[in-house]
Amino acid sequence: MNLKGKNLISISDYNKQEYLEILRLAKEFEENPKQEILKNKVVASIFFEPSTRTRLSFESAASMLGAKVIGFSNPSATSQSKGESLHDTIKMLSAYVDIIVMRHSIEGAARYAAEVASVPLINAGDGANQHPTQCMLDLYSILKTQNTLENLNITLVGDLKYGRTVHSLVQAMCNFNATFHLVSPTELKLPSSVKMHIKEANLKYEQYTNLEDVIPFSDIIYMTRIQRERFSDPLEYEKVKDSYILDAAMLKGCKETMRILHPLPRVNEIATDVDKTPYAYYFQQARNGVYVRQALMTAILGVK
Amino acid sequence: MTNISKKELVVSAIENGTVIDHIPVDTVLMVLSILGLDKYEDEVLIGNNLDSKKYGKKGIIKARNKFFEQKDINKIALVAPKATLIVIKNYEVVEKKFVEIPEKIDTILKCINPNCITNKEIVDTKFKVVEKNPLKIQCRYCEKTMTNIRFAE
Repeated sequence: MNLKGKNLISISDYNKQEYLEILRLAKEFEENPKQEILKNKVVASIFFEPSTRTRLSFESAASMLGAKVIGFSNPSATSQSKGESLHDTIKMLSAYVDIIVMRHSIEGAARYAAEVASVPLINAGDGANQHPTQCMLDLYSILKTQNTLENLNITLVGDLKYGRTVHSLVQAMCNFNATFHLVSPTELKLPSSVKMHIKEANLKYEQYTNLEDVIPFSDIIYMTRIQRERFSDPLEYEKVKDSYILDAAMLKGCKETMRILHPLPRVNEIATDVDKTPYAYYFQQARNGVYVRQALMTAILGVK
Repeated sequence: MTNISKKELVVSAIENGTVIDHIPVDTVLMVLSILGLDKYEDEVLIGNNLDSKKYGKKGIIKARNKFFEQKDINKIALVAPKATLIVIKNYEVVEKKFVEIPEKIDTILKCINPNCITNKEIVDTKFKVVEKNPLKIQCRYCEKTMTNIRFAE
């Protein structure tokens, strides 16, 4: 399989075989994360919007492979603050680097930048639209904890309306015969455009408002934060913000192999007493991001 | 001379070219611009608010020596879905073409998402048609799907 030169903008840009190839490589990097195989490569890490986890994970992934990382994490220090267009910034940058990792607050900025760039581009998040490397690390975490991606009961909890990680994960898991259990307040149900993917794949989903109903048969519980910034009316946010709080007592009777994922940061939706249970996997999940990003960068650069 | 071409004489006949008939009265100028006829240098005749048995009132455009590919015709599907294109050669109707909603719609629409890159920088819009009836489109950039269509200004 050859992923050389292939952009990753949206999770749907890659097919099932390509996901599996990235996950296979990620496993290789997990076993041996420090290799000097990107020694002569320059990675641009350009973050037009603040991000700690994703940026540091990418930069750490690249550094462990010996790549030089250049870029910025604060757009006010760039020529964009002087009014330069994204088009011109990307055109200029393409001449300096081998690959671009970009986060931007504007939706569609990544697809557009990839059209302008003469080197491959990885989307590290474009506004509320896509965050495909998060999805890849979610897949890797599911594979690692369940030893398979096929035929699983995937429970998604919280903000299913605005949560981009949820949308991408549903899309990706549609390749693996998943059954989806959707737990959310009525106001934050999964949009019909995302449900359409489930229907097209001829898979099943159920919607619930009570989290405890689904815990016993879930293989994965994917918790999300209800994002204050998505609500124009603070009263609406207050109404739903504490809808789902998962605590250790609720996990009695769950499957032994069940694992809890969360894209982080969490607020209060997972009580800290869950952290000590064998079901908590969210911190390891974050660490998996490094290996998945190593896999992606090396595959796209044609080194692996 | 056929019945169709007699009626068209309201806006004088053409020897060779295309007649675009059954255009809604409020989108004639849009059709003109989508097909690039506003910049066409040969003769273009425009009639509007003409009586139509089928639609009450209609618009009509005749472009001398202009012939269209099906993919160009489909670009007007959103503004004139019932338009008929009549190809004229030597004053005779030689072919009738109908518009079909295309798989992709470029440049003529505006994305409804205010935070889409196409509304922030000078970027030509591109949409994929997800469903034709009722029309549902998806922005290539922000990936939002939408059912309410807005034309670019």
